[in-house]
Amino acid sequence: MTAALSVAPPDYIFLTELIGMKVFDLKGQRIGRVRDAALVPTVHPMRVDRFLVGGGWAWMTVRHDQVRSIGLNGIYLRAEQLTPYHDDEYMLRIVQDLLDQQIIDAQGRKVVRVTDVSFTVAREDDHDVLLLHDVDIGIRSVLRRVLQGLLPPRCVRWLQAPISPKSIPWDYCNIIEPDPQRRLRLNITPHRLENIHPADLADIVEELAPDDREAILGSIDSEVAAETLSEVEPRIQAKIVEALDPEKAAEILEEMAPDQAADLLAEVKEETSEEILEEMSLEPKTEVEELLEFGEHTAGGLMNPEYVAISMEARVADAVDAVREGEQLIEGQNTLFLLDSEQRLAGVVPLARLLLAAPETPVSDLRSADLIHVDAKEKKARVVELFDKYNLLALPVVDASGKLLGIVTADDVISVLRQS
Amino acid sequence: MLNLLKRLRYHVLVFFAVVGPGFITANVDNDSGGIYTYSQAGARWGYLPLWTLLPIAVLLVVTQEMCSRMGAVTGKGLSDLIREEFGLRTTFVVMAALVVANFTNVFAEFAGIASALELFGISRYLSVPVGAAAVWLLVVKGNYRSVEKVFLLACLVYVTYIFSGVLVEPDWKAAAIASVTPSLMLDPAYITLLIGMVGTSIAPWMQFYLQAAIVEKGISAEEYSKSRIEVVVGCIVMVVIAFFIIVSCAGAIHSVAPRDVKDAADAAEGLKPFGRWAYLFFTVGLLNASVFGACILPLSTAYTVCEGLGFDSGVNLRFREAPFFYWLYTLLIVGGAGAVLLPGLSLVKMILFSQVVNGVLLPFVLIYMIRLINRRRIMKEWVNPTSYNIIAWVSVVVLVVLTCALVVISLRDMLR
Repeated sequence: MTAALSVAPPDYIFLTELIGMKVFDLKGQRIGRVRDAALVPTVHPMRVDRFLVGGGWAWMTVRHDQVRSIGLNGIYLRAEQLTPYHDDEYMLRIVQDLLDQQIIDAQGRKVVRVTDVSFTVAREDDHDVLLLHDVDIGIRSVLRRVLQGLLPPRCVRWLQAPISPKSIPWDYCNIIEPDPQRRLRLNITPHRLENIHPADLADIVEELAPDDREAILGSIDSEVAAETLSEVEPRIQAKIVEALDPEKAAEILEEMAPDQAADLLAEVKEETSEEILEEMSLEPKTEVEELLEFGEHTAGGLMNPEYVAISMEARVADAVDAVREGEQLIEGQNTLFLLDSEQRLAGVVPLARLLLAAPETPVSDLRSADLIHVDAKEKKARVVELFDKYNLLALPVVDASGKLLGIVTADDVISVLRQS
Repeated sequence: MLNLLKRLRYHVLVFFAVVGPGFITANVDNDSGGIYTYSQAGARWGYLPLWTLLPIAVLLVVTQEMCSRMGAVTGKGLSDLIREEFGLRTTFVVMAALVVANFTNVFAEFAGIASALELFGISRYLSVPVGAAAVWLLVVKGNYRSVEKVFLLACLVYVTYIFSGVLVEPDWKAAAIASVTPSLMLDPAYITLLIGMVGTSIAPWMQFYLQAAIVEKGISAEEYSKSRIEVVVGCIVMVVIAFFIIVSCAGAIHSVAPRDVKDAADAAEGLKPFGRWAYLFFTVGLLNASVFGACILPLSTAYTVCEGLGFDSGVNLRFREAPFFYWLYTLLIVGGAGAVLLPGLSLVKMILFSQVVNGVLLPFVLIYMIRLINRRRIMKEWVNPTSYNIIAWVSVVVLVVLTCALVVISLRDMLR
């Protein structure tokens, strides 16, 4: 108790203490109380650049270098000339823009609501500055907010002591700002979000309000956005894509696996999907359009038209080269397909067998005994049955003449099962 | 022609995609406390109070429509919006009042389960603990989608009230006339009852629950027109059920000998002379409504409070990840169910108390709602048009005046 009540300057201050704090001029006369504080992120990412002080009729702006000292007893200024408050687009106002709003915690990978903010008091040259240290959530900060202004700060500090703090370092906080212009002015970059695993980022996106979802997916890198979008629930996926700018949506869809892109486009409104297709570049566009021809509930609608295939006549060395070239495609696939002279499916070779075989062996020697495939018009349920019955990891899809069209992989089947 | 069919199919599909929140909210509104109030209305005053149902329907539609619109447009819950726009302290006070109010509501639900099953000869010392455990498990172990389907099925069970109403063979002509003829008497008990009917029909928790359910369902501003139909239909269904409850009790009890009923089960007992089935339907309806309410109220409260105060919430998190959520949820169930088993705690007193807390809270919630829905920054082009605002403000003022009166009357009765 005595320690908490001592007058030694604190090395940290909460926003709940800063708001309403008295401000004194050079002569020690009170000129007003702090109403808000603002960062200017383009100048400094964490230093409080201005204090907005309300006294008498109007608000005034106090710049950080006009302050001499900051403590629980008040803020003492060292300059006389204060400017009246005027709105500034480069300002991130902590009470107005941050407090009680949702932000993304990149470390804990979830959406949180800001309850309080804590600052460290630091010396810069010969005056005190506040550095935004972390954002507080949890019961301890709720207590401070509820008691703010009702009890003196030192009492509140004493009361909250037994509760363990819960906070997020400012470095890991991501503000969600739907307006792209303002994102630039406030220097809000999505880099930290791009480092979150797409599956986690998808969970975060699902939790947000529609405008905020579009803000996130519209601002991050298209490749990350594609990976994230494919992990989002189908119901929400379609809504996000419909709301995005068609050009941006096309960019994201180009990065997705064609089967997923086609599934997604099948869900959105027809006009929107046409607009998006128009914006896509030729190759992914044709692939997606071909897939859209198949019914959503057929093997054709489920398959991915990208795979690695080679002629029956080839040797293992050629096959290994083909696999190397198709490096991008082979991610998540583990089978090489053999085609006859008329592009019809003639056999499958598990990739692992290529590793064990001598380079000169004909690939046809390595093919699996059974060739299990499915017609593009076959129903989804049948595909699932085949996967279960033969313990498959990948299933080739062919047209009526036996020509290879694409493959269905185990993760497609898992999605089908989860949706039903 | 084919095109027309295709469009029709699309609209039907979209409608079914949005069905759920409005129906469920309106039906849970006829919970054990509601059934008690309507039974009392019919048993004591016969067909006279029926005319209030029409204005109740209007008030209900106006408030529910605003909530669902806010949910669809903002994608945020009501407690989230109050927090963002009015700050944490306001939210904290509203949430604290909501917890108290909903605690008494949960108590009323478990009391309904106890008395309904006692009519079947099952002791409350068995039914209440088993019911509480089942409710706890259903929600913690189930997922929202499957639970919502169960809830929609539960909405169908309310039909039993229509059956029992028909079986009692009330005086339909008198009922029809009373439904459209406002009749006021300067009897304090009558006026209290009318206000009580409004108070039990429009409760603060509904606004939070409905908006959250709309958000959870992911209904967007574009689909909202369908959702609005659902909300309105839900309100009408709720009022129709209330009509049949009043009519059954009016026909069975009031027409024989007007009296006060002790609780909803007592009203069911009063239907016995009109045949086993009328009695059975009424009791099953009561049981269903109570279980339904007991499932939804604690969960909705825990979600709303955690969202508003910024604590982790959700049944897909583990206990350790969302301790506050699970503790609040568990305490509401255990406390509400436990209080039913305490001897000497009177249900009528509890319902009066619940009406006081609900009544104190409702004006604040409604005023926050109207202020939020008129902020263009949040609602964009979906703010209330002026004409709608007039209706909304009039409704709010009527509700505030009525609930203030109810609070005064209930306080007087409680202290007596």
